[in-house]
Amino acid sequence: MAVTAVSGVEVRRPVPRLRRLEDERWLALALLVPTAVLLGLFIAYPFFEGVMLSLSSSRVGIPGEFVGLKNFSKIWDDSIFRTAVWNTFWYTGVTTVFKLALGLWLAMLLNRHFKGKALVRAFILLPFIIPTVLSTFAWKWMFDPTFSVINWTLFHLGIITTRINWLGDPDLAMTSIIIVNIWRGVPFFAISLLAGLQTISPELNEAAAIDGARPWNRFWYVTWPLLLPVTMVVMLFSVIQTFADFQLVYVMTGGGPANATQLFATYAYQIGIGTGLLSEGAAISLAMFPFLFIIVVVQLLYIRRVETR
Amino acid sequence: MIEGAAWRRWVFYNIPLILFVFVLLFPFYWMIITTFRPDGELYRPWNAPNYMPFWTNHPTLEHIEYLFEETNFARWMLNTMFIAVVSTLISLFCGVLAGYALARLNFPWAGSLGTMIFITYLVPQTLLFIPLAQIIRNFELGDTPWSLILTYPTFLIPFCTWLMMGYFKAIPKELEECARIDGASRWKAMVYIIIPCAVPGILSAGIIAFTLSWNEFIYALVFLSSPDQKTVPVGVTSELIRGDVFFWGPLMAGALLGSIPVAIVYSFFVEHYVSGLTGSVKG
Repeated sequence: MAVTAVSGVEVRRPVPRLRRLEDERWLALALLVPTAVLLGLFIAYPFFEGVMLSLSSSRVGIPGEFVGLKNFSKIWDDSIFRTAVWNTFWYTGVTTVFKLALGLWLAMLLNRHFKGKALVRAFILLPFIIPTVLSTFAWKWMFDPTFSVINWTLFHLGIITTRINWLGDPDLAMTSIIIVNIWRGVPFFAISLLAGLQTISPELNEAAAIDGARPWNRFWYVTWPLLLPVTMVVMLFSVIQTFADFQLVYVMTGGGPANATQLFATYAYQIGIGTGLLSEGAAISLAMFPFLFIIVVVQLLYIRRVETR
Repeated sequence: MIEGAAWRRWVFYNIPLILFVFVLLFPFYWMIITTFRPDGELYRPWNAPNYMPFWTNHPTLEHIEYLFEETNFARWMLNTMFIAVVSTLISLFCGVLAGYALARLNFPWAGSLGTMIFITYLVPQTLLFIPLAQIIRNFELGDTPWSLILTYPTFLIPFCTWLMMGYFKAIPKELEECARIDGASRWKAMVYIIIPCAVPGILSAGIIAFTLSWNEFIYALVFLSSPDQKTVPVGVTSELIRGDVFFWGPLMAGALLGSIPVAIVYSFFVEHYVSGLTGSVKG
């Protein structure tokens, strides 16, 4: 009622309609200028520069010249680059599966009433809040070849008799960084999925229970489909962050041993900044772009389909 | 929730939850215990006899002293704080205005601009760090805090804008219209009516932006070179490791102290942080 009165008054205002519209456009323009300037200067422009750089033969101190796709064909033939691509996919795939499974489990554990729930929830997010580099150092110290507390524990539990060289063995190094990434990512999944779970009315589950559905079926046919939109968005963020991960691997292994944990970003850093082959480094990090683009498009299309269903 | 006997509750809920909490928090415990443990106890092989790694009877402050006397740690903390605060303020300013425009104003391309903001939200820092380093050098910003203050908004603004759009959309249109009828201009209605309503959202966005800039690593690693300009994550990484030798005591002390500002901010605003995090996911 109040609404119709308001809009009625507005129509009768003596301000010409066109001018008011223009006003709104100008205001929008003015409000968007600071954002557009900063994003244009430090995202769009570097992206353009990055493409130009990857097509040149530039090194540190040498401007270089246009060489076409030579850098890309060079990294295509580079066996370390291929290892990095494979590692990135493996790292992203394995961590995402575990983060989703464990995060969902933790969210379900938190989705009830118990004493100290707020406190538990606050503490659980700590791995996600604390700067990654700093918490990763704690893990590196825990995985230390000589002083590892994990080895100490396993030894005293009688599980191992010789030490495990966590970061020195190629396969174990990959497993180690996967563990740390899962550890860091589970809280984000858990808290976001918990928020999703809390929007699902408990009556739906109760109705299904009364109809005789077992817990597993209640989860699979009631909870999971309703949670799917949130799950997909969480996955989208997580997959992109993991795919482009740098700091965790840089601290834990630096890409080693023997490039066993080299990812796109760490290899781009090693080539571009470490050895100063700027154009090749730019080409390596830009090579992430098509993959990221496909991931984003596929997930966004899927999210749209899930949401409009 | 349908739960059965007490033992079932323990097996299916309490024990798994305790295990989760233990694993998620153990590295922080390990950070703290290492900080206060003397070197003589620290560097004992994992299979040494009579060695109890989980506690120390001789707590010491030597690692923290080393950090403040032998390195620029205090300076790194100040640098990080300054960079995080200023880049957060810049991003909030831009993000609130842009979020308001995209959520509440009608203008051509509003939809596609919103999508573009969302896409930049997804651009990882590692995609552009090499060309960005060139640009920073050309602007002669290299090795200054401004190289980070101006580049951190590239990942903070999209996030703030996206979050603020959600908050602005939830404020009823009538509120603004009432103010406009009472004679307020569009600008005044925004500044005095709508933005104050969105303060919880601004707080959430600000806290998350602060923790994100404190966490940022690769830009700081590439753009800064002199020891007294570094941020905490970069300083700890580059100055407390000499070749293959890790100074674990000071390293853990640095990791612990470097986490404290973020932990304090987080502990005061947990609810805002969580609502911001989940709000950004819901979109």
